Parts: sequence; structure tokens; C-alpha cells
Amino acid sequence: MHELGIVMNVLEQADAAAAEYNAEKVMKVTMEVGEVSSIVPDLFIDAFNWAKKKTDYLKDAELEMIIIEGRTYCKSCGGTYRTTEHGKKCPYCGSVDTYLLTGDQVIIKDIEALFKEATGGGPDPSE
Amino acid sequence: MEVRTILLSKSVFEDNDRAADELRAALRRKGTVLVNVMSSPGAGKTTLLVALIRRLAKSRRIGVMEADIDSDVDAVTVAKETGCPCVQLHTGGMCHLDAGMTGQGLRELGDGFDLIFLENVGNLVCPAEYDTGATFSMVILSVPEGTDKPLKYPLVFQKCDLVVISKTDALPYFDFDLEECRRNVGERNGGACVIPVSAKTGENMDALENWFIKKLTEV
Repeated sequence: MHELGIVMNVLEQADAAAAEYNAEKVMKVTMEVGEVSSIVPDLFIDAFNWAKKKTDYLKDAELEMIIIEGRTYCKSCGGTYRTTEHGKKCPYCGSVDTYLLTGDQVIIKDIEALFKEATGGGPDPSE
Repeated sequence: MEVRTILLSKSVFEDNDRAADELRAALRRKGTVLVNVMSSPGAGKTTLLVALIRRLAKSRRIGVMEADIDSDVDAVTVAKETGCPCVQLHTGGMCHLDAGMTGQGLRELGDGFDLIFLENVGNLVCPAEYDTGATFSMVILSVPEGTDKPLKYPLVFQKCDLVVISKTDALPYFDFDLEECRRNVGERNGGACVIPVSAKTGENMDALENWFIKKLTEV
């Protein structure tokens, strides 16, 4: 189960951030996931909803995934194209001397959390 | 109560990547080379490692870490067949090893090794995404799997230094074009060295052994 390992990392990091900022609980996690990152969004969300029950702060959290389009750059002709349509081979000149510009990222963008106090919100300076 | 947004903008792999870099630096200080061995299930990782370790262990101190979801059959086999220190790592259901698990295995194995093989979980997807802290990575691709694996699982082939094509003794029975396979690897990773071998017959195992000897003197 490929997605589960990554979900565990996301939950650990979000749980740690919630503790650091003294949040009551996390309502939502927003991620940016590239379409060629090898993550299947439906499986990822299922794994998230199963594994979140074991966290301290994310038991009721929902997950939003922003999908980032895969774009590849061709070193031979300078063109860019959609990776999922053409893969490694440039559709303009046929070269395979290409590299991925964007679309393989797996990023935790932000978390929306509930706070008891209306002030503060940063890490406790006394720690 | 109020709802606020905490900005993280952090790669999921960031913590693991940092731990892996620390592990790599610690290994370099000790003069130990760690090799991450990845392949599909059944590509012949254990058989190949046993054959390779028997050769290398004559002149080098070799250790082995076997990672599996469950069981210790590989660790028992390698320890019995090579006589080298070998620890079994269980990933607890996970499909890959990360730097933390690798660090635990290294502590259990102890110091005093020239070369440590880390046999990752048999899987071409997830192990590629998690840096284990290894000095370099090798992928084993067996003849029965076909020449198109580098096209189907690009990441693991992009991230490796060495591709070993195993089970070449089976070439007469499969439509496996060695040159096509080299091209497919080269298209993904021009820097990767490709060495076809048969651990069963010993064919070209000298070339593989020499590659490791050369690599060990470089680092």
C-alpha cells in the first residue's frame, strides 16, 4: 500500500505542527500533489481517513488535494508540454532529451486548525 | 474558539531527506559504503546478493540488512550462505524503507564494515521515493520481467547508479532484447551503468564484482 506510507508522514507532520502551535484540533489539511507523483488521489484520501483516527489532532480533519499539472521541458527545442500526454518524448521535435519541470511534488501546503485563544498562534516562545 | 491557517509549504519527504543526508554523512566518516538494492519481487535479489557477497567477502568486511514486510527467510538465507553479519528489518506493513528504519538497522548491525547491502522491499514504486541514506543505489531487473520496466517505473531507474540485468541464463527462453533494455535504461538515466549477469551460472559476475571494487576505492 504505497499511499499509506506517505499518508503516515503527512499525519505525523500535521500532528506535530498542531502541537507546536497549541491548536485544539485540525479541521483541514491542504496538500499540493503533482499528477506524476505516483500518488492516486482516491486511495490517498481513503488511507488518510483510515489513519487519521490514530492521531492526536486530526481525528476530524478533512483532506484537500490540489492537483498540480505535470509539465516537461525539451532541451532540444525549448518547448514545454503536458507530461501525462506525451511522457518523455517531446511532441514538437521528437527528442527524448527532456526533463520534468513540475508535477512530481508532494507538499503539505497548510493546515486549518481550531484554537481556543483568539490571540497568539505561533510556537510557544518559552519552549 | 477560532479557526486559523498554519502555513507549512513543506515537502512530505523533507524530514526523511534530511535524516538520509545525516546518515550518509555518518557512513562516510566511518568509511562504510551503503548500497540500496531495489527490484521487483522475485527478480533474484537474494540469490544475486549471495553470489556477489561470496566474492566480495574475500577481501572486504560485508554486512547485510534485509528489509521485508514480514518473515526472516531472506536474512536466514543470506547469513547461512555467506556467513556475513545480517539483520532483518520489518517494515510493519509498509512497502518501503525510510532513513529512520535504515538507521535502526545500522545501529543493530554495528560498526567495522567496508560495504553494507540494504536489500529493500521487493517493489519498484515506493522504495524509489524514500531516500534511505545509501551511498548509492542499484536496481536488479530480471530477464523474465521484460525490457519495458524502465519505461513503466521510471523513477527507480532515474535514481539508481547501477542496473543489474539478472537471470541472463534465461535469455534463450524469453523475448528479451538486451540492447533495447540498455536503450530504455539510458533514456531514463544516461549515467547508470548496466551489467547483465547470471548469478546461477556465474556469467559476467566478474564484471559486477569489479564494479564494486572500483566503487569502494573511489569513496
